[in-house]
Amino acid sequence: MLSFSWLKRRSDFIQAIRLFFLKNRYIEVDTPVRLPVLLPEAEIYPFHSEDWWLQTSPELCMKRLLARGAPQLFQLCHCFRKGEIGRLHEPEFTLLEWYHAGWDFQDLMLECERFLQELAVACSDFPAVHDQETLDWNNHRISLSSPWIRVGVEEAFRKYAGMSAIKAVENDCFEEILVDKVEPHLGWDKPVFLYDYPVELGSLARRKAGALHLTERFELYLFGIELANGFSELIDAGEQRARFVKEFAKMRRNDRPGEMPEKFLQDLEKMEETAGIALGVDRLLMLFLKAHRLSDVLPFSWNEL
Amino acid sequence: MYSASDLRKGLKVQIDNEPYIIIEFDFSKPGKGQALYRTKMRNMITGNQLTQTYRSNDKFEKPDLEERTMQFLYSQGDEFHFMDTSSYDQIFISREQLGNNINFLVDNMEVQILFFGEKAIDLSLPIFVNLTVTRADPWVKGDTSGTDTKPITVETGYQLQVPPFVEEGDKIQIDTRTGQYMTRVKE
Repeated sequence: MLSFSWLKRRSDFIQAIRLFFLKNRYIEVDTPVRLPVLLPEAEIYPFHSEDWWLQTSPELCMKRLLARGAPQLFQLCHCFRKGEIGRLHEPEFTLLEWYHAGWDFQDLMLECERFLQELAVACSDFPAVHDQETLDWNNHRISLSSPWIRVGVEEAFRKYAGMSAIKAVENDCFEEILVDKVEPHLGWDKPVFLYDYPVELGSLARRKAGALHLTERFELYLFGIELANGFSELIDAGEQRARFVKEFAKMRRNDRPGEMPEKFLQDLEKMEETAGIALGVDRLLMLFLKAHRLSDVLPFSWNEL
Repeated sequence: MYSASDLRKGLKVQIDNEPYIIIEFDFSKPGKGQALYRTKMRNMITGNQLTQTYRSNDKFEKPDLEERTMQFLYSQGDEFHFMDTSSYDQIFISREQLGNNINFLVDNMEVQILFFGEKAIDLSLPIFVNLTVTRADPWVKGDTSGTDTKPITVETGYQLQVPPFVEEGDKIQIDTRTGQYMTRVKE
């Protein structure tokens, strides 16, 4: 549980995040957390709420707002994922999600750099922050100054695991290799963007021009910890439907029903090119406070209730 | 049966017909991918460590483990005989399997023995045991030349360092976790 001084830090941190986005002309939105239908994601398990569901992310509603013509949106909200309990997981956690129309995932990576740099200035008195531009955590110091490191998923798999990422997907061991061999190396000198994920792992992301087996998706790593997931949004409703069908097939193997999010697909047809990203606020705060467990930076962890 | 989501530090599971205890556990879920349950386990029979990563649909048998209170009866060669204090069943455990525990075993001592099925796999001694000193050099009062401890031997043959005032025939208390002298016991 948080001490009063860390509760105050948490408040300051959230205000600093908000300030960055407001200053950069984003609109803050607060969409419903309880929904009749979710985006089908085979590996994420939602909680029931009567006949509806608690959101696992605000993506569905935010994209529907973008389809109505909102150019820049951000949201700080609670998301719920069943069974996710661990040092870096809580079944209820705070997500920061933001979208920028007209951008692709490269633009978002640049904005991530600016965002964390400004956050470190705004939170320069936090335990991990030094000289307003470096973060200390777990006896390592990383510099937030641009440019950050960008490494392709394929390149990282070959370098750290001696194996092709495509092959790993075929052999159904992508996650095991990523977690055991690749992630531990990422983000110890500078933050790292791992990018260009195989299309099987980017259900809502746009295919990469010239490499259609890949999607324009990235994950941001600091100190070996995954902090954010961003991509150029897939706005082709037909292809999105086909990808959802594939997710439903995976879900059926685990006896999970699924319902096609029809209103979402209708709205998707009106959406322009957009890039969006979700960032784990609790994880980032944990690093800024030099803490080692998510539960150390939450007002209440699930097992304190 | 346990499923992967039941895994946690301290849980005992059965893998390839042997009991394991989980000594480290970490949940991870890269991106929007598979949940992974990463464990480090110790084989409760051999002591060997095993690092394994599981997925949510993996299942585990519960090992058939039971702890019984037993009394040490006697030793014969390399066989150490024990009796279950409630069922009066008798078993023996080899010297090799007992390891350092034999340093602290005396007749009639009650110990906890862990069984995996019918097989005794571990023995827990009381934390403190009282043993008689069978050999000690006499304490020369005023001797300031030596160190502040001296070596002695107790009834099990175990040797340890004790303060110089401990004499042959004394009973002393030993901490079985560290094998160290605690205090002299008055009877």
